[in-house]
Amino acid sequence: MAQQVVNGVFIGSIYALFALGYTLVFGVLDILNLAHQAVFMLCAFVALTLVESLHLHPLLSFPIAVAAGGAIGIALERVAFRPLRGRANSNIAGLISSIAVATIVEAVALAAWGPDQQRFPFGMIPEAHARALPGLQRALGISVTVVQIIIFAIALLVLAALTVLVRRTRLGRQIRAVAENPTAARILGVNVDRVIAAAFFVSSALGAAAGVLYGVAYNYVAPDMGRAVELKGLAIIILGGMGSMPGAVIAAYVLALCEVWTVAAFGSSYRDVVSFAVLFLILLLRPRGLLGAAATREA
Amino acid sequence: MVGWLQEAWLTYQSVVAFIGLNAILALSVYATLACGQLSLANAGFMAIGAYTGGLLTQKTGLPLAPILAACTAVPALVAVPLGLPVLRLRGVFLAIATIGFGEMVRLWFVNWDYTNGALGLVGLPQRAGPLLVYACLGAAMFALWRLRGSRAGYALESIRQDESAARTMGVNTTAYKLGMFVTGAALAGLAGGLEAHLTFMVSPSGYSFSRVVDMLVYAVVGGATGVVGPVVGAAFLTALPEVLRAAGSALGVAPGPLRLFVNGLVLLVVILFLPNGIASLPSRLRARSRERRSRAAPAA
Amino acid sequence: MLLRLREVERAFGGVRAVDGASFEVAEGEIHGLIGPNGAGKTTIINLVSGLMRPTGGEIRLRGERIDGLPPDRIAARGVTRTFQNIRVFPEMTALENVIVGAHLARRAPYWKHLFFLPAAREEAMTTGARAVALLDRVRMRERAAERAANLSYGEQRRVEIARALASDPGVLLLDEPTAGMNPAEVASIAEVIREVARHGHSVLLVEHNVKLVMDVCHRITVLDFGKVIAEGTPAEVAKDPEVIAVYLGAER
Repeated sequence: MAQQVVNGVFIGSIYALFALGYTLVFGVLDILNLAHQAVFMLCAFVALTLVESLHLHPLLSFPIAVAAGGAIGIALERVAFRPLRGRANSNIAGLISSIAVATIVEAVALAAWGPDQQRFPFGMIPEAHARALPGLQRALGISVTVVQIIIFAIALLVLAALTVLVRRTRLGRQIRAVAENPTAARILGVNVDRVIAAAFFVSSALGAAAGVLYGVAYNYVAPDMGRAVELKGLAIIILGGMGSMPGAVIAAYVLALCEVWTVAAFGSSYRDVVSFAVLFLILLLRPRGLLGAAATREA
Repeated sequence: MVGWLQEAWLTYQSVVAFIGLNAILALSVYATLACGQLSLANAGFMAIGAYTGGLLTQKTGLPLAPILAACTAVPALVAVPLGLPVLRLRGVFLAIATIGFGEMVRLWFVNWDYTNGALGLVGLPQRAGPLLVYACLGAAMFALWRLRGSRAGYALESIRQDESAARTMGVNTTAYKLGMFVTGAALAGLAGGLEAHLTFMVSPSGYSFSRVVDMLVYAVVGGATGVVGPVVGAAFLTALPEVLRAAGSALGVAPGPLRLFVNGLVLLVVILFLPNGIASLPSRLRARSRERRSRAAPAA
Repeated sequence: MLLRLREVERAFGGVRAVDGASFEVAEGEIHGLIGPNGAGKTTIINLVSGLMRPTGGEIRLRGERIDGLPPDRIAARGVTRTFQNIRVFPEMTALENVIVGAHLARRAPYWKHLFFLPAAREEAMTTGARAVALLDRVRMRERAAERAANLSYGEQRRVEIARALASDPGVLLLDEPTAGMNPAEVASIAEVIREVARHGHSVLLVEHNVKLVMDVCHRITVLDFGKVIAEGTPAEVAKDPEVIAVYLGAER
């Protein structure tokens, strides 16, 4: 039981980073960025390539991959979303545009790395760090590795940094202002274009962070890894309430814990069923999620 | 001369059939776009239709016609209880819910022993050919084309342009949206059934999200404002990879990723620069030349 | 009594946009609804047409309750409307807009149209002819083939009215139909409204143009802060001290 909580909290932290990426973009643009999972996947490959080909230390590859993700996010906004800004049906058009970019990125990844699962090079992580810590095992009966602790710590650090950014910096305030009311923000002197670009930077950086951590945690990097996580991310933001960052974090942990318990009770082939069940239940019963605004059409 | 035609036909028969099939899929997406809804569930409905057809052919001795009718009807029936709650949702939520449904269907079939799980149904007899596909396509095009000018056609267009206002005119928007959602499901199911009997097999990997993206691309690239657009889009994008196959092997790129790349790129270019699709090109060119003429001639 | 509102209330959070409003509209009557900005006039139109549900009170049409019904069912009972910020279908022509309005009056099921059956063809022709006649009544016949988005403000307004008349409603709700119009256009709309009432429809007219309301309406209800502060004939209302105070009185 305690072990499951540990597993759930561990993976929930990674899910939270990923889901927050959706939330940030949806907040400022009212658009669902379905290319997010492609950045997640691509930056996992970036980290892998840095470690494999350049023999970089994995801890060093992390910030580089994250920065790359941010840069990709800015390019993504410029190419696929900004040109659509004036249009009447910009939400659907933005959705379609992001699907197009995701498809392109997936195609490139497939061509470059092939469809099969790749692993981080053997020996990248010292043997001792990959085994369960005996002390904790004896004391609390839970098995945790040093790698997991590091990943968890990094995830929490990123979450903390994000909270500081959103709550205490000028940029964070501007992002919140644009999310609330872009016209008013513009009148008040906020450079909306730059804020949106910044939001995309942060959002994709979060996706990249999640991708690298996920890749290391499961030792699984493949062009289809984004698809697997995409629906979980969507379920999370629906559960937490679209546009609500605290909601996304809470929902991420809830979903992760549900997944862990479901796998323990029914077997691993049922893990993905949890996301769908959550998704449909919430959409049918309480579309606004835990902390979000109304989701049904007004009459 | 005739020999050459016969040879060409043998080589390209399957491409021709697939153009027709993809056109039906494109129309299934068009059905919901026609009233302003973006439904991404049709890969799931296609899977249901395909498996229905495959199972019926394997387990019963029924002729093809009633089997295809079942392929059309079963997904339509599933679409009703799904659509009622889901169509109430705002655009982006509808998209998410339908993505979720599609994935759920695929995972169901991957894990279902009765249908052989991830391997799917194999060894189906080839009972369908290009002629049948185009007959079905023709019927679908006709039915959707006749909407124009009818009471239902006006209602659908009004929902697409302003749903609230349409309601105040007595248009039962719930019924129409559900009707088109079910129609899309039926068409996707029909395509699934036809494909099963065209390619001898039904496998869950064929109904992943990238299948939905394909359908979406056909509809958007062709232009979703009329019946012809989706068919044009399907033809263009089914034929294009064949044309590029030679280029692909020269570049050393596998056909799979190449097709995916082309789809994504074309979709992006179209949504950015030609949002009403290829089919809107003639009217845009006409409008452009009209503008140029009126600027050249001073106002009377 | 054709349309009756009784103690109708609509609250948004703590704010009562409509606060216990009651009034009636008779058959063939042109009933004005006036009041300062924010008095709740458009909210009442939204409540009657079904785009919003009242949080209290009831609305009855020919004795039956219509509050809480969805907008399309209310329209089916003969209540149609125009919008304050004009919502014609932008990509349709004026004629097509009016044809949509006739949705409720058309009966031929789709399959008859599918197979080119004469019943469907005749109905399509009749509907088209009726739509042209309606556009004629609002003096938009010449512009019938023009895309609605390309029409001027006043023209769009007239198309909207024709569209709302296309289903032959018992009650027509007009939300500030003459906003932004010059006096000639206003007079033209006034004549259309009178003609509509002569044809047997009732009209609930929300307006800022008090002179128009006084000229055209049989009875008037005055709202302020969501409450009815006066009701009666134009002459009675004009003399009501509360009304005078609201319109000429203290800063708000």
